[in-house]
Amino acid sequence: MPRIRLWLATAALGISGCGGPFPQSTLHPRSDFARATDVLFTDIFWWAAAVFVVVELMLVVALVRFRHREGRPEPKPTHGHTLMEIAWTLAPAVILVFVAVPTVRTIFATAGEAPADALKVEVIGHQWWWEFKYLDLGLTTANELHVPSGKPVRIAITSADVIHSFWIPPFGGKRDAIPGHTNYIAFRADSTGDYSGQCAEFCGASHANMRLRVIVDSDSGFGAWAQAQLGPAATPPQRSLAAQGKTVYGRSACIGCHTIQGVSGGVIGPNLTHIASRATIASGLFPNDSSHLARWIADAPALKPGSIMTRMQPPLTDADIAALVAYLEILK
Amino acid sequence: MSDAPAGLTSWLTTTDHKRIGLLYFWTAFSFFLIGGLEALLIRAQLAQPDGHLVSAETYNQLFTMHGTTMVFLALMPLSASFFNYIVPLQIGARDVAFPRLNAFSYWVFLLGGLFLNASWLVGPLFHAGMLNVAPDGGWFGYANLTERQYSPGPNIDFWLLGLQILGISSLAAGFNFIVTILNLRAPGMKLMRLPTFTWMTLVTQFLIITAFPVITVGLVFLMFDRFFGAHFYVHEAGATPILWQHLFWLFGHPEVYILILPAMGIVSDVLPTFARKPLFGYTVVVYSGILIGFMGWGVWSHHMFSVGLGPIADSVFAATTMLIAVPTGVKIFNWIATLWGGAIRGTTALHCYVHHRRALGRDPCVASRRPAADRHLLRGGTHPLCAVRRHHPRTVRRDLLLVAQDDGAALV
Repeated sequence: MPRIRLWLATAALGISGCGGPFPQSTLHPRSDFARATDVLFTDIFWWAAAVFVVVELMLVVALVRFRHREGRPEPKPTHGHTLMEIAWTLAPAVILVFVAVPTVRTIFATAGEAPADALKVEVIGHQWWWEFKYLDLGLTTANELHVPSGKPVRIAITSADVIHSFWIPPFGGKRDAIPGHTNYIAFRADSTGDYSGQCAEFCGASHANMRLRVIVDSDSGFGAWAQAQLGPAATPPQRSLAAQGKTVYGRSACIGCHTIQGVSGGVIGPNLTHIASRATIASGLFPNDSSHLARWIADAPALKPGSIMTRMQPPLTDADIAALVAYLEILK
Repeated sequence: MSDAPAGLTSWLTTTDHKRIGLLYFWTAFSFFLIGGLEALLIRAQLAQPDGHLVSAETYNQLFTMHGTTMVFLALMPLSASFFNYIVPLQIGARDVAFPRLNAFSYWVFLLGGLFLNASWLVGPLFHAGMLNVAPDGGWFGYANLTERQYSPGPNIDFWLLGLQILGISSLAAGFNFIVTILNLRAPGMKLMRLPTFTWMTLVTQFLIITAFPVITVGLVFLMFDRFFGAHFYVHEAGATPILWQHLFWLFGHPEVYILILPAMGIVSDVLPTFARKPLFGYTVVVYSGILIGFMGWGVWSHHMFSVGLGPIADSVFAATTMLIAVPTGVKIFNWIATLWGGAIRGTTALHCYVHHRRALGRDPCVASRRPAADRHLLRGGTHPLCAVRRHHPRTVRRDLLLVAQDDGAALV
């Protein structure tokens, strides 16, 4: 009875792996790139499964059939068999041809080539957030990548500091973001939706907190988003809390690192011109709401270890922070 | 060994290969427990989302030290304990070629391990808390995160100096065992008559003496960058951090085989004993091991598929990686063929037999008929397990049969 319980518990643990959702599963491809690697993976998986079954079967048969039993004669001391050696050298080599050919094909098919009319995005990895530049559109944003559905996208990847790795599992494999080096990745997202990815190369204290979101818009939706992003930063109404916030922003260290079009031009942290249009802050770590914004401004390293955005010296007052939050929240 | 010296001093000053083997074993086992403790803390932190059992910084130190410990302080010295204990017995030598150098290797290894782990405790010396200055750049230590600019503390310094110390130990032992195996074999024991474990040890030592210089160079570059402001991995100065990855994996992949080949050698010696039947295709098993050693040098960039080396390089390294599966498969098929038609058993006597005849040597009791082993036994006394086996007369008879067969193959 206890044994049955043990088996049931083991099975339950195993089956729990079948639950969902899988926001970052490589086994649920949502682009041409990811499908190519998924097909290859499935292909090789079945080859490997067949080899596994054959080899394990031979092993188990040998272990069961040739167990020592009383009265059996001593085993024959065979030392080898040339023909068999040749056979089991060639057999894996032949199987490997069937594995190697599709592998090399897939490597070339996913090498980052894209048609000339592909949407071009430059991704810059920072400790610990992502910067996205749409060079043809002339807009810059952070941590939330928007791409149109069904259109080819070509992403150029580099880094501003250490090595990161750009990875959106449903859309394709990892590509490292290396300072002084540009890598390319190209894909065509299947359908609209909200996807997530994250840095895949250990890059320091908050590596685990270096997430990103990808929003796949419809064609018109993407156009509207780009149009809004290209617009100027919102101006707060006179004498509002947000207007005070803008003043605080202008006289604080914020301007050294952040850009708000027409207000400041810092390039160390994320561009804030349209921060209120983003659903998350801190590289996908927290929802973009007033309480998280306030906590973030007050003490970012407490929320995200190692964050370069240190506590302001002298510290901002609660009133200053409330005003700043009000200002940031109008930057749609 | 009733006349063996006892007491702590005898262990501190020993140059006896078996004692050094035991020292390696228990030290490796201790580090293995530390590495396991680190793994437990990692899993405990990850047991629930957003865990805060340890800080982010400590977590990074835990997985860095876990990886470094398991590779350099647990698995490699565990192999070294087997080399030390078994190789001289298997080749009929009294000890390794340079017993004092052998002791030096062990003590330098211990120093390196203690130095690395001291970093957990010495934070206060660097005006930091405990659990603050242990290495935190991952066991692979990718540049340029390891540069002073991004890792200003002494953490990475502990790592790179610790690995350099361990490298000295591995290199000294590597040369020692190559000389031992090539020069101290019993008369008549040609290379192709070596027990498989000793063969794989020889291949492993060649990998060690060729792979460790590569990481030594990589670490010296990193040391110059960090201590003297050089720019080996700094892209702003015209270099590239990718250089580190090439150097690290050019060492790191042969390292994989440094870890696995001795185990493959042990399997190749143990299975025939269990099956009571000689190893199937001895020559092929040996050559496939040598081939794996060679090919181990040609696959390093499969650790770098995401780096963007281009589809040609990626394809070549994918192909070489697949090719190395062929000699590995050959070994596995030969192992199965060894079991096939055997009389496989797992009795106490067999375990005794396994540990004794195959693992601890080519049967020092029976093999004493061989001149070299004879010398070894006269000096070293009778192995205690010989006595155990005398209580199993039937086993002795079978032993003699099997040894006679083996000797027929090995010595004629």
